[in-house]
Amino acid sequence: MIFILLETASILSTIGLPVLIIGALGLIFGLILAIASKLFEVKIDPRVEEILSVLPGANCGACGKAGCAGYAAMIVNGGEAVNKCAPGGPDVAAQIAQIMGIEAGAMNRKVAVIHCSSGGYKNTNWKYSYDGVQTCKSANSLAGGPNSCAWGCLGLNDCLAACQFDAISIDTNGMRLIDFDKCTACGACVKACPRDLIDLVPLTRNVYIKCSSQDKGGEARAVCGSTHPCIGCGLCSKECPVDAITIENNLAHIDYDKCINCGLCATVCPTKAILDLLVGTRQKAEIDPESCIGCTICAKVCPVSAISGEIKKLHTVDKSKCIGCEQCVPKCPKKAIEMV
Amino acid sequence: MGYLGEIFVMAMTAIFIQNFVLARFLGLCPYLGVSKKLDSALGMGLAVIFVMTLASAITFLINKYLLIRYDLLYLQTIAFILTIAALVQFVEMVIQKNAPALYNSLGVFLPLITTNCAVLGVAILNTTAFRSDGVTAYNFLDSVLNGFFSGVGFTVVLLAMAGLRMRLEKSEIPKSMQGMPIALIIAGIMALAFYGFMGWKI
Repeated sequence: MIFILLETASILSTIGLPVLIIGALGLIFGLILAIASKLFEVKIDPRVEEILSVLPGANCGACGKAGCAGYAAMIVNGGEAVNKCAPGGPDVAAQIAQIMGIEAGAMNRKVAVIHCSSGGYKNTNWKYSYDGVQTCKSANSLAGGPNSCAWGCLGLNDCLAACQFDAISIDTNGMRLIDFDKCTACGACVKACPRDLIDLVPLTRNVYIKCSSQDKGGEARAVCGSTHPCIGCGLCSKECPVDAITIENNLAHIDYDKCINCGLCATVCPTKAILDLLVGTRQKAEIDPESCIGCTICAKVCPVSAISGEIKKLHTVDKSKCIGCEQCVPKCPKKAIEMV
Repeated sequence: MGYLGEIFVMAMTAIFIQNFVLARFLGLCPYLGVSKKLDSALGMGLAVIFVMTLASAITFLINKYLLIRYDLLYLQTIAFILTIAALVQFVEMVIQKNAPALYNSLGVFLPLITTNCAVLGVAILNTTAFRSDGVTAYNFLDSVLNGFFSGVGFTVVLLAMAGLRMRLEKSEIPKSMQGMPIALIIAGIMALAFYGFMGWKI
């Protein structure tokens, strides 16, 4: 018994000192760190973490910041707008707004559109055969690019490689197709395209100039492989009921703030350089005779003067003139106009 | 040889002859992990120099006045790890408070260094190292300088590797060799090249 006690005591004295010293060391460091954490405390707004957990985390840079963390910090500390996250869309904007306790501004969803109808295997004219590094960027730097048109698509899919959301695919002709459902308008492809062919367009606008050539008409016709170049003739600009199209450097440009989606420009373009996704699907306006109060508002907003009628009397739509732009529908105070 | 000569020998030994990465094979994780870009490699290198110098100073004192005095050298690893971890944490807090710009540029590298074996390595090697006469053990100043030069050696190799890998990215490499395989081969060739310094008599 006594032996066991002695044994225990000697063991205790052997391990006691090391335990004491290492324990004391740990305790001292712990105390120092505890004091330091109070002394050198940097206040981090918990909202930054919260916003970061809401953001998609793709670090795509569409907001203009280096990544999601930078954007979250700028929202809290720099008063940045909450609706700049394109991939997150309105949902994320609303969640951030809730964290910040403010209103989320309206968010106009945009999608990427390629302003060129060439670039495939069968619809591109080549100047020379390019055999170098297979990226648009390097092809473009060799004697101005291998395709005849100095403005057109090089067809080496830099945009596809840049897309983090799998929104760009290739068809059998090697043409790039953008899936509007998957596109988040992060702008990665816009930056990747060395010829600046890609642009972000509001999802609600479905008429696009499918050309970026600033060549003069004849030259553009001669080099374009798709036979749909913009020749800068200005017919679309004249036809546009709301003056949304301007011609600059032999190239038409649609101002989507003004564009009403009517598609008239596409019908007059002699080279079919304007793509109208809604062609054939537009409906004509019709006024419900029972609800119409004859306020004349619809007649005033109609860009083509297709609506006529005396004040306080029933208005009618001239269906041969109506272009189906739907401008009158939301303006009617009695909701008497329907598209049929 | 005066003390300046001693410092020169120490510097050349730590940077070239007994380089931590290529001769002692310590700190290989950041060597391969943070050598993809020059600027991040430089950030990591500076952080390592900083922590190695400080760790050398503190662990020397702990070793001399606690471990040797109470005959506890077998607890060296635990005590040093504890010290280095606490030190890095402390330094991180101080930098975050007083130099936010430096803190942001060092980023994740500072906490990474806590578990960098090169830092523990320099602390332990300092306790067994001798001056060039082979008799005198390192004193406090020697240890601190050795820590500093070891960090410099680490940085030099890290920067060289980062420069090579940035060039490698632009060169045509067979697909199966891209990335880590070619990096490891480069590391091996660099180690062979540094092996040549072993024959250098100072």
